[in-house]
Amino acid sequence: MIVASRLQPTDAVYREVIPAGDYWMHVVKKDQVLRILDLEGNQAADTLFYAAHDPGERYSAMDTIREQGNVYLSAGTKLLSNEGNVMLDIVADTCGRHDTLGGACATESNTVRYALDKKCMHACRDSWMLAVAENEQFGMSKRDITHNINFFMNVPVTSDGGLTFADGISDAGKYVELKAMMDVIVLISNCPQLNNPCNAYNPTPIEVLIWD
Amino acid sequence: MHDEYSYLSGSAFFSDIIPGGAHWSLTIKRNHVLRLIDIEGGANVGMLFYNPANPLERYNAPDTLKCQHTFKLTRGHCLYSDMGRIFCSIVRDSCGWHDTVGGTSNKALVKKRWGERNYQQYRNDWYLNGYDSFLVELAKYGLGRKDMAANINWFSKIATDDAGNLHFATGNSNAGDHVDLRFEMDTLVIFNTCPHPMNAATEYPKKPLRYELFHAAARAADDCCEHACHENERGFINNALYHQCNNGGL
Repeated sequence: MIVASRLQPTDAVYREVIPAGDYWMHVVKKDQVLRILDLEGNQAADTLFYAAHDPGERYSAMDTIREQGNVYLSAGTKLLSNEGNVMLDIVADTCGRHDTLGGACATESNTVRYALDKKCMHACRDSWMLAVAENEQFGMSKRDITHNINFFMNVPVTSDGGLTFADGISDAGKYVELKAMMDVIVLISNCPQLNNPCNAYNPTPIEVLIWD
Repeated sequence: MHDEYSYLSGSAFFSDIIPGGAHWSLTIKRNHVLRLIDIEGGANVGMLFYNPANPLERYNAPDTLKCQHTFKLTRGHCLYSDMGRIFCSIVRDSCGWHDTVGGTSNKALVKKRWGERNYQQYRNDWYLNGYDSFLVELAKYGLGRKDMAANINWFSKIATDDAGNLHFATGNSNAGDHVDLRFEMDTLVIFNTCPHPMNAATEYPKKPLRYELFHAAARAADDCCEHACHENERGFINNALYHQCNNGGL
């Protein structure tokens, strides 16, 4: 569902550009609004959420899609935790559909998907490993790196049980906006993948904005 | 032409029954086959896999789906770890569709749909939920909620329509339906027989599971899982490299 935001970037209390292949780890407070902006188009933002008071409570893809009865995320979706609590509401979305089945790229899964000799190409999971290592204050480890959302990524499911990786439906300037319903740690890997169309084979920067 | 059971070597050397709405776990060595049998029809078996030598390596549903461009699981599919290796491959399936996106039931869901049956009043006829059942089994190996991942729901089918709406299919599995999993590396198997969280049955479905273990025969040159797609050929190479690096010891 396409829903535009009324928020003005000039009113944002925080703005940061995340270069392709980098991570961003940041606490968003309850009632703050987070916008993830696809600056140049066709970029995948691999995103995880954790309850700030207890990172063992985190975004659950399965609970979220099952309870909304639909496999795609868009405006109106409530992002649920593994404890069944609403973590964030998607309040605006100019892209229309986001994936939460495809997971993130990792060097090991790249060997399976593309070729064994691609095992040392940069991948989302490596960005997340560095993130948890560089942010010891959150007390997180590989155990916390779970099933993520791919904002701006288009992974259609067919009625006969197929899964396809289609060209992105995002474009320069498209965004998704989430209102935090609790204090959350946001962990984004701005996907460095060079081997599939999720980034149009050319990873580009995204921007994050926060409003009080 | 192959015998349809040519991936087995001999008859079952172990057999057991787990009642409906219960949980269990076991470690299965590579080159063994686990057969899951839906005794009465309508069973659901929630399952997770871990590497016993390093439990941080675990079943990864997204990698499993995207490597094989599938939303459902059936014969020919391999179940991948997050480390690009194959825990097990589905060498036989009389059902045609198993779910790995519906997740598992929790206490609130069971209470809302089927009511509450506590131990104090109902003893072992109480209503368990999938989430707590996984927690109990995981804790036996020093694992906890942070180690939980998207699970498989054997015998259950969740399909989507063109708009992405999810539907639970009734009658996907009938009495005697079974699925055979050939283990390609040593694997800790955590499972429960709690109902699928999207099952709309009016009564809490308590469906028992029979499981059997066999020795696996050597993989045939035209193995249905290894050669289902190039991705699986590379997955099998990753397993071979893993066992080679560990001098066959793991």
